Amino acid sequence: MIGLPAYLVLGAFVFSIGLFGVLTRRNAVGILLGIELMLNAVNINFVAFARFNGDLTGLVFTLFTIAITVAEVAVGLAIVIAIFRVRRTVEADRLDLLRG
Amino acid sequence: MTLETVGFAVVATVLLASSLAVVLTPNLFHAVLYLAAALVATGLIFLLLESPFLFAVQLLLYAGGVVTIVVFAIMLTERLVGTRITQTSRHLVNGAIVAAAVFVGIIGFLIQAPAVSPRPGQTADTTAAIGRLLVGPFAVTFELLGVLLVVALLGALHFARSEE
Repeated sequence: MIGLPAYLVLGAFVFSIGLFGVLTRRNAVGILLGIELMLNAVNINFVAFARFNGDLTGLVFTLFTIAITVAEVAVGLAIVIAIFRVRRTVEADRLDLLRG
Repeated sequence: MTLETVGFAVVATVLLASSLAVVLTPNLFHAVLYLAAALVATGLIFLLLESPFLFAVQLLLYAGGVVTIVVFAIMLTERLVGTRITQTSRHLVNGAIVAAAVFVGIIGFLIQAPAVSPRPGQTADTTAAIGRLLVGPFAVTFELLGVLLVVALLGALHFARSEE
């Protein structure tokens, strides 16, 4: 029988991997992929807690998280495309218009 | 070794391997495909936790929708032929240190946490129960989510439309 800690450790692993991707990727789309991984890890935790506590609220919250993530990806990629139109690059290091 | 243990080990290995590939592969297009694998593996984790409805939602919205949008974005911003699609990473050591520190912090919390109760038996059909929750206590949130999706799609259209 797999216990709750196994799922939480798995979630922690995926979250850390996603954080690593966000910190190290140069391409804006690559950074978005890392954020996806982190949100996914949170969903694993939600579903695991919901299952082991016998409380369905976690599942409903996961549904909301998934829907909001989809909206976030749509807006984020639209911004990436708009930036690409203006700057001809999506490298995060070169998008430094607001740097002081 | 029950069937569940074997299933969890296999799915967890696939999930971790494809997650690592997402952040490490130099080819951005391959990274998206690995992300699709990681998302499907997460869906299988939901299935192991006896939430078949969330498994279906994960496949349809994430693996189906998000991956498709990201592939389109890559096609619009990168030349698929040639070398531009390769991406480099920076500050690999610093990123690894921060990520490892966050991981250790989470594990520290888990060790301090009180022992959890064993998994309770599955009570009823979770899909029907989720549906009842969505139109009952969470009805307002559910409607707000619909508004958010419309606003997000209109915003995305506004950002991405061509200047004419």
